[in-house]
Amino acid sequence: MSGRNDLTLDRRAVVAMLLADPGDLLVVAGLGAATYDAGAAGDRALNFYLWGAMGGTAMIGLGLALAQPNRRVLVITGDGDMLMGLGSLATIAAAHAPNLAIAVLDNAAFGETGAQSSHTGLGTDLAAVAAACGWAATATARDMQEATALRPRLRSEPLFAVIRISPAEVPRHLPPRDGAYLADRFRRALGVAEAS
Amino acid sequence: MPNPIWQADVFAALKRAHVAQLGYVPDAGHAHLINAAHADPDIRTTVLTTEEEGIALAAGAWLGGQRAVLLMQSSGVGNCINMLSLPVNCRMPFLTLVTMRGEWGEFNPWQVAMGTATPTVLTAAGVHVRRADRPEDAAETVGAAAALAFASCVPVAVLFSQRLIGTKVF
Repeated sequence: MSGRNDLTLDRRAVVAMLLADPGDLLVVAGLGAATYDAGAAGDRALNFYLWGAMGGTAMIGLGLALAQPNRRVLVITGDGDMLMGLGSLATIAAAHAPNLAIAVLDNAAFGETGAQSSHTGLGTDLAAVAAACGWAATATARDMQEATALRPRLRSEPLFAVIRISPAEVPRHLPPRDGAYLADRFRRALGVAEAS
Repeated sequence: MPNPIWQADVFAALKRAHVAQLGYVPDAGHAHLINAAHADPDIRTTVLTTEEEGIALAAGAWLGGQRAVLLMQSSGVGNCINMLSLPVNCRMPFLTLVTMRGEWGEFNPWQVAMGTATPTVLTAAGVHVRRADRPEDAAETVGAAAALAFASCVPVAVLFSQRLIGTKVF
Protein backbone atom coordinates (compact mmCIF):
# COMPACT_ATOMS: atom_id res chain seq x y z
CA MET A 1 0.00 0.00 0.00
CA SER A 2 2.82 2.42 0.71
CA GLY A 3 4.60 4.48 -1.89
CA ARG A 4 6.08 7.86 -2.67
CA ASN A 5 2.84 9.82 -2.27
CA ASP A 6 1.12 7.56 0.20
CA LEU A 7 -0.77 9.16 3.09
CA THR A 8 -0.13 12.73 1.99
CA LEU A 9 -3.52 13.92 0.72
CA ASP A 10 -5.35 16.63 2.67
CA ARG A 11 -8.66 15.09 3.70
CA ARG A 12 -10.62 18.33 3.53
CA ALA A 13 -9.40 19.04 0.01
CA VAL A 14 -10.29 15.51 -1.07
CA VAL A 15 -13.83 15.62 0.32
CA ALA A 16 -14.42 19.15 -0.96
CA MET A 17 -13.44 17.87 -4.40
CA LEU A 18 -15.62 14.74 -4.14
CA LEU A 19 -18.66 16.72 -2.98
CA ALA A 20 -18.30 19.78 -5.23
CA ASP A 21 -21.47 20.43 -7.22
CA PRO A 22 -23.34 17.66 -5.42
CA GLY A 23 -26.60 18.12 -7.29
CA ASP A 24 -29.08 15.59 -5.95
CA LEU A 25 -26.39 13.18 -4.72
CA LEU A 26 -27.41 11.35 -1.53
CA VAL A 27 -24.50 11.35 0.92
CA VAL A 28 -24.02 9.21 4.02
CA ALA A 29 -20.99 10.21 6.09
CA GLY A 30 -19.40 7.98 8.71
CA LEU A 31 -18.78 8.99 12.28
CA GLY A 32 -15.83 11.11 13.23
CA ALA A 33 -13.72 12.96 10.74
CA ALA A 34 -15.64 11.85 7.63
CA THR A 35 -18.74 13.54 9.04
CA TYR A 36 -16.72 16.69 9.80
CA ASP A 37 -15.24 16.66 6.29
CA ALA A 38 -18.65 16.27 4.63
CA GLY A 39 -20.08 19.08 6.73
CA ALA A 40 -17.11 21.31 5.97
CA ALA A 41 -17.66 20.74 2.25
CA GLY A 42 -21.06 22.43 2.65
CA ASP A 43 -23.96 21.38 4.86
CA ARG A 44 -27.01 20.27 2.90
CA ALA A 45 -30.22 18.41 3.65
CA LEU A 46 -29.23 15.40 1.55
CA ASN A 47 -26.14 14.79 3.70
CA PHE A 48 -26.83 12.29 6.47
CA TYR A 49 -24.12 12.54 9.11
CA LEU A 50 -23.39 9.78 11.56
CA TRP A 51 -22.06 10.59 15.00
CA GLY A 52 -22.23 6.99 16.19
CA ALA A 53 -23.47 3.59 14.95
CA MET A 54 -19.87 2.72 14.08
CA GLY A 55 -19.61 0.05 11.42
CA GLY A 56 -23.04 0.83 9.97
CA THR A 57 -22.37 3.62 7.49
CA ALA A 58 -22.04 1.46 4.38
CA MET A 59 -25.17 -0.52 5.27
CA ILE A 60 -27.19 2.68 5.67
CA GLY A 61 -25.98 3.50 2.18
CA LEU A 62 -27.22 0.13 0.94
CA GLY A 63 -30.69 0.48 2.46
CA LEU A 64 -30.95 3.95 0.97
CA ALA A 65 -29.69 2.85 -2.45
CA LEU A 66 -32.19 -0.02 -2.58
CA ALA A 67 -35.03 2.32 -1.58
CA GLN A 68 -34.00 4.98 -4.13
CA PRO A 69 -32.76 3.04 -7.17
CA ASN A 70 -32.95 6.10 -9.42
CA ARG A 71 -30.69 8.24 -7.22
CA ARG A 72 -26.96 8.04 -6.67
CA VAL A 73 -25.79 7.25 -3.13
CA LEU A 74 -22.25 8.01 -1.97
CA VAL A 75 -20.93 6.70 1.34
CA ILE A 76 -17.91 8.59 2.67
CA THR A 77 -16.32 7.09 5.72
CA GLY A 78 -13.06 6.30 7.46
CA ASP A 79 -10.97 3.16 7.58
CA GLY A 80 -11.95 2.45 11.19
CA ASP A 81 -15.70 2.50 10.46
CA MET A 82 -15.20 0.35 7.35
CA LEU A 83 -13.06 -2.12 9.27
CA MET A 84 -15.75 -2.46 11.94
CA GLY A 85 -18.29 -3.19 9.22
CA LEU A 86 -16.03 -5.42 7.15
CA GLY A 87 -18.75 -8.02 6.71
CA SER A 88 -20.96 -5.42 5.08
CA LEU A 89 -18.57 -5.41 2.13
CA ALA A 90 -19.73 -8.97 1.42
CA THR A 91 -23.37 -8.07 2.07
CA ILE A 92 -23.25 -5.09 -0.27
CA ALA A 93 -21.39 -6.95 -3.01
CA ALA A 94 -24.03 -9.67 -2.87
CA ALA A 95 -26.83 -7.10 -3.06
CA HIS A 96 -25.66 -5.64 -6.40
CA ALA A 97 -26.89 -2.08 -5.92
CA PRO A 98 -25.65 -0.31 -9.06
CA ASN A 99 -26.34 3.17 -7.63
CA LEU A 100 -24.16 2.83 -4.51
CA ALA A 101 -20.49 3.78 -4.22
CA ILE A 102 -18.21 3.90 -1.19
CA ALA A 103 -15.22 6.16 -0.67
CA VAL A 104 -13.03 5.25 2.30
CA LEU A 105 -10.80 8.02 3.62
CA ASP A 106 -7.93 5.85 4.74
CA ASN A 107 -5.37 7.49 7.01
CA ALA A 108 -4.20 4.14 8.38
CA ALA A 109 -5.00 5.36 11.87
CA PHE A 110 -7.78 5.76 14.43
CA GLY A 111 -7.64 9.54 14.33
CA GLU A 112 -10.43 10.28 16.81
CA THR A 113 -8.83 8.34 19.62
CA GLY A 114 -5.16 9.25 19.51
CA ALA A 115 -3.99 8.12 16.08
CA GLN A 116 -3.26 4.53 16.97
CA SER A 117 -2.36 2.50 13.89
CA SER A 118 -5.42 0.91 12.31
CA HIS A 119 -5.40 -2.40 10.49
CA THR A 120 -4.94 -0.62 7.17
CA GLY A 121 -1.65 0.64 8.59
CA LEU A 122 -0.79 -2.87 9.70
CA GLY A 123 -1.30 -4.66 6.40
CA THR A 124 -5.01 -4.77 5.52
CA ASP A 125 -5.82 -3.51 2.01
CA LEU A 126 -9.52 -2.58 2.07
CA ALA A 127 -9.78 -2.37 -1.72
CA ALA A 128 -8.41 -5.91 -1.97
CA VAL A 129 -10.86 -7.04 0.72
CA ALA A 130 -13.73 -5.50 -1.22
CA ALA A 131 -12.58 -7.18 -4.43
CA ALA A 132 -12.37 -10.52 -2.65
CA CYS A 133 -15.91 -9.94 -1.34
CA GLY A 134 -17.16 -9.63 -4.89
CA TRP A 135 -16.98 -5.91 -5.68
CA ALA A 136 -16.34 -5.74 -9.42
CA ALA A 137 -14.90 -2.23 -9.34
CA THR A 138 -12.33 -1.17 -6.75
CA ALA A 139 -9.66 1.52 -6.80
CA THR A 140 -7.03 3.14 -4.64
CA ALA A 141 -5.94 6.78 -4.94
CA ARG A 142 -2.78 8.23 -3.41
CA ASP A 143 -2.57 11.69 -4.94
CA MET A 144 -5.02 14.38 -5.97
CA GLN A 145 -4.89 13.45 -9.63
CA GLU A 146 -5.88 9.87 -8.85
CA ALA A 147 -8.54 10.99 -6.38
CA THR A 148 -10.01 13.47 -8.84
CA ALA A 149 -10.25 10.74 -11.46
CA LEU A 150 -12.42 8.75 -9.04
CA ARG A 151 -14.99 11.53 -8.65
CA PRO A 152 -17.05 10.80 -11.80
CA ARG A 153 -16.78 7.07 -11.18
CA LEU A 154 -18.11 7.45 -7.63
CA ARG A 155 -21.16 9.14 -9.13
CA SER A 156 -21.82 6.63 -11.87
CA GLU A 157 -20.52 3.19 -10.87
CA PRO A 158 -20.86 0.75 -7.98
CA LEU A 159 -17.27 1.59 -7.03
CA PHE A 160 -15.40 0.86 -3.82
CA ALA A 161 -12.60 3.40 -3.56
CA VAL A 162 -9.86 3.80 -1.00
CA ILE A 163 -8.34 7.26 -0.85
CA ARG A 164 -5.14 7.31 1.15
CA ILE A 165 -5.10 10.57 3.12
CA SER A 166 -2.72 12.22 5.52
CA PRO A 167 -3.26 11.34 9.18
CA ALA A 168 -2.63 14.99 10.11
CA GLU A 169 -5.36 16.51 12.23
CA VAL A 170 -7.45 19.28 10.69
CA PRO A 171 -9.62 21.83 12.53
CA ARG A 172 -12.89 20.42 13.80
CA HIS A 173 -15.96 21.32 11.78
CA LEU A 174 -19.08 20.12 13.52
CA PRO A 175 -22.24 19.68 11.43
CA PRO A 176 -25.63 19.13 13.12
CA ARG A 177 -25.67 16.08 15.41
CA ASP A 178 -29.35 15.70 16.30
CA GLY A 179 -30.17 12.43 14.55
CA ALA A 180 -33.93 13.01 14.48
CA TYR A 181 -33.41 16.41 12.88
CA LEU A 182 -30.96 15.02 10.31
CA ALA A 183 -33.24 12.12 9.38
CA ASP A 184 -36.34 14.29 9.08
CA ARG A 185 -34.49 16.95 7.11
CA PHE A 186 -33.15 14.31 4.73
CA ARG A 187 -36.56 12.68 4.18
CA ARG A 188 -38.26 16.02 3.57
CA ALA A 189 -35.61 17.03 1.04
CA LEU A 190 -36.06 13.69 -0.69
CA GLY A 191 -39.83 14.09 -0.67
CA VAL A 192 -40.59 10.90 1.26
CA ALA A 193 -41.47 12.35 4.65
CA GLU A 194 -45.21 12.22 4.11
CA ALA A 195 -45.28 9.09 1.96
CA SER A 196 -44.36 6.58 4.63
CA MET B 1 -40.19 -28.33 10.18
CA PRO B 2 -42.70 -26.14 12.01
CA ASN B 3 -46.17 -25.73 10.65
CA PRO B 4 -45.93 -22.81 8.20
CA ILE B 5 -49.55 -21.64 8.41
CA TRP B 6 -48.98 -18.98 11.07
CA GLN B 7 -45.80 -17.95 9.31
CA ALA B 8 -47.73 -17.37 6.09
CA ASP B 9 -50.05 -15.16 8.13
CA VAL B 10 -47.05 -13.28 9.52
CA PHE B 11 -45.80 -12.68 6.00
CA ALA B 12 -49.23 -11.37 5.02
CA ALA B 13 -49.10 -9.01 8.01
CA LEU B 14 -45.74 -7.66 6.80
CA LYS B 15 -47.23 -7.15 3.35
CA ARG B 16 -50.19 -5.28 4.81
CA ALA B 17 -47.70 -3.08 6.66
CA HIS B 18 -46.05 -2.21 3.31
CA VAL B 19 -42.69 -3.66 4.24
CA ALA B 20 -40.51 -3.33 1.13
CA GLN B 21 -37.10 -4.47 2.42
CA LEU B 22 -36.26 -7.54 4.46
CA GLY B 23 -32.83 -8.15 5.94
CA TYR B 24 -32.07 -11.49 7.47
CA VAL B 25 -29.52 -13.73 9.04
CA PRO B 26 -30.39 -17.28 8.03
CA ASP B 27 -32.53 -19.06 10.60
CA ALA B 28 -34.61 -22.22 10.41
CA GLY B 29 -37.44 -20.63 12.37
CA HIS B 30 -37.71 -17.84 9.80
CA ALA B 31 -37.24 -20.11 6.77
CA HIS B 32 -40.79 -19.71 5.51
CA LEU B 33 -40.67 -15.91 5.77
CA ILE B 34 -37.30 -15.78 4.04
CA ASN B 35 -38.50 -17.97 1.18
CA ALA B 36 -41.75 -16.04 0.83
CA ALA B 37 -39.87 -12.74 0.72
CA HIS B 38 -37.47 -14.03 -1.94
CA ALA B 39 -40.47 -15.09 -4.03
CA ASP B 40 -42.18 -11.70 -3.70
CA PRO B 41 -41.23 -9.19 -6.41
CA ASP B 42 -42.26 -6.27 -4.18
CA ILE B 43 -39.87 -7.14 -1.34
CA ARG B 44 -36.14 -6.66 -1.63
CA THR B 45 -34.25 -9.20 0.47
CA THR B 46 -30.74 -8.71 1.79
CA VAL B 47 -28.79 -11.54 3.38
CA LEU B 48 -26.55 -10.18 6.15
CA THR B 49 -23.27 -11.35 7.60
CA THR B 50 -24.24 -10.15 11.07
CA GLU B 51 -27.45 -8.88 12.61
CA GLU B 52 -26.50 -5.27 13.29
CA GLU B 53 -26.09 -4.72 9.56
CA GLY B 54 -29.85 -5.09 9.33
CA ILE B 55 -30.46 -2.17 11.69
CA ALA B 56 -28.34 0.11 9.52
CA LEU B 57 -30.02 -1.29 6.40
CA ALA B 58 -33.45 -0.47 7.86
CA ALA B 59 -32.29 3.05 8.74
CA GLY B 60 -31.13 3.62 5.17
CA ALA B 61 -34.39 2.24 3.83
CA TRP B 62 -36.32 4.66 6.03
CA LEU B 63 -34.20 7.59 4.87
CA GLY B 64 -35.15 6.55 1.36
CA GLY B 65 -38.85 6.28 2.12
CA GLN B 66 -39.20 2.51 2.53
CA ARG B 67 -40.16 0.28 5.42
CA ALA B 68 -37.91 -2.62 6.39
CA VAL B 69 -37.90 -5.58 8.74
CA LEU B 70 -35.00 -7.55 10.23
CA LEU B 71 -35.29 -11.28 10.86
CA MET B 72 -32.92 -12.80 13.37
CA GLN B 73 -32.48 -15.30 16.15
CA SER B 74 -32.17 -14.38 19.82
CA SER B 75 -28.44 -15.10 19.70
CA GLY B 76 -28.12 -12.20 17.25
CA VAL B 77 -29.76 -9.67 19.53
CA GLY B 78 -26.54 -9.26 21.45
CA ASN B 79 -24.75 -8.24 18.28
CA CYS B 80 -27.15 -5.35 17.82
CA ILE B 81 -26.90 -3.34 21.01
CA ASN B 82 -24.89 -0.29 19.95
CA MET B 83 -26.45 -0.16 16.49
CA LEU B 84 -29.86 0.19 18.16
CA SER B 85 -28.73 3.71 19.11
CA LEU B 86 -29.28 4.54 15.43
CA PRO B 87 -33.09 4.22 15.29
CA VAL B 88 -33.44 5.38 18.90
CA ASN B 89 -31.39 8.53 18.39
CA CYS B 90 -32.74 9.32 14.93
CA ARG B 91 -36.38 8.68 15.93
CA MET B 92 -36.71 6.11 13.18
CA PRO B 93 -39.01 3.11 13.06
CA PHE B 94 -37.37 -0.27 13.44
CA LEU B 95 -39.11 -3.63 13.30
CA THR B 96 -37.45 -6.93 14.04
CA LEU B 97 -38.85 -10.44 14.36
CA VAL B 98 -36.78 -12.60 16.69
CA THR B 99 -37.00 -16.38 16.94
CA MET B 100 -36.21 -17.42 20.48
CA ARG B 101 -33.72 -20.05 21.51
CA GLY B 102 -32.67 -21.22 24.93
CA GLU B 103 -36.04 -21.04 26.63
CA TRP B 104 -38.14 -24.13 25.82
CA GLY B 105 -36.63 -27.59 25.66
CA GLU B 106 -33.30 -26.21 24.49
CA PHE B 107 -30.68 -28.87 23.77
CA ASN B 108 -27.76 -26.50 23.17
CA PRO B 109 -26.53 -24.82 26.35
CA TRP B 110 -24.74 -22.12 24.33
CA GLN B 111 -28.11 -20.69 23.35
CA VAL B 112 -29.40 -20.24 26.89
CA ALA B 113 -27.44 -17.17 27.99
CA MET B 114 -28.45 -14.86 25.14
CA GLY B 115 -31.94 -16.30 24.95
CA THR B 116 -32.48 -15.50 28.61
CA ALA B 117 -31.03 -12.01 28.25
CA THR B 118 -32.86 -11.10 25.03
CA PRO B 119 -35.96 -9.29 26.35
CA THR B 120 -33.95 -7.47 29.02
CA VAL B 121 -31.25 -6.39 26.59
CA LEU B 122 -33.74 -5.15 24.01
CA THR B 123 -35.69 -3.22 26.62
CA ALA B 124 -32.53 -1.69 28.05
CA ALA B 125 -31.51 -0.55 24.56
CA GLY B 126 -34.81 1.27 24.06
CA VAL B 127 -36.72 -1.31 22.05
CA HIS B 128 -40.40 -2.04 22.70
CA VAL B 129 -40.73 -5.79 23.15
CA ARG B 130 -43.78 -7.86 22.23
CA ARG B 131 -44.07 -11.61 22.37
CA ALA B 132 -46.01 -14.26 20.47
CA ASP B 133 -46.44 -17.57 22.27
CA ARG B 134 -49.33 -19.05 20.29
CA PRO B 135 -49.71 -19.55 16.53
CA GLU B 136 -53.05 -17.75 16.43
CA ASP B 137 -51.51 -14.64 17.98
CA ALA B 138 -48.39 -14.34 15.83
CA ALA B 139 -49.71 -12.42 12.83
CA GLU B 140 -51.82 -10.06 14.92
CA THR B 141 -48.84 -9.33 17.15
CA VAL B 142 -46.66 -8.59 14.13
CA GLY B 143 -49.32 -6.35 12.62
CA ALA B 144 -49.67 -4.37 15.83
CA ALA B 145 -45.88 -4.16 16.22
CA ALA B 146 -45.52 -2.86 12.67
CA ALA B 147 -48.19 -0.24 13.27
CA LEU B 148 -46.45 0.87 16.45
CA ALA B 149 -43.03 0.99 14.80
CA PHE B 150 -43.91 2.77 11.58
CA ALA B 151 -46.63 5.10 12.84
CA SER B 152 -44.99 6.09 16.09
CA CYS B 153 -41.38 5.91 14.85
CA VAL B 154 -40.02 3.64 17.56
CA PRO B 155 -38.03 0.41 17.56
CA VAL B 156 -40.14 -2.70 18.17
CA ALA B 157 -39.15 -6.35 18.50
CA VAL B 158 -41.54 -9.30 18.30
CA LEU B 159 -40.19 -12.39 20.02
CA PHE B 160 -41.46 -15.67 18.57
CA SER B 161 -41.23 -18.06 21.50
CA GLN B 162 -39.31 -21.28 21.11
CA ARG B 163 -42.46 -23.19 21.96
CA LEU B 164 -44.15 -21.51 19.01
CA ILE B 165 -41.44 -22.19 16.46
CA GLY B 166 -40.72 -25.69 17.74
CA THR B 167 -37.66 -26.91 19.57
CA LYS B 168 -34.76 -27.73 17.30
CA VAL B 169 -34.11 -31.47 17.28
CA PHE B 170 -30.49 -32.57 17.23
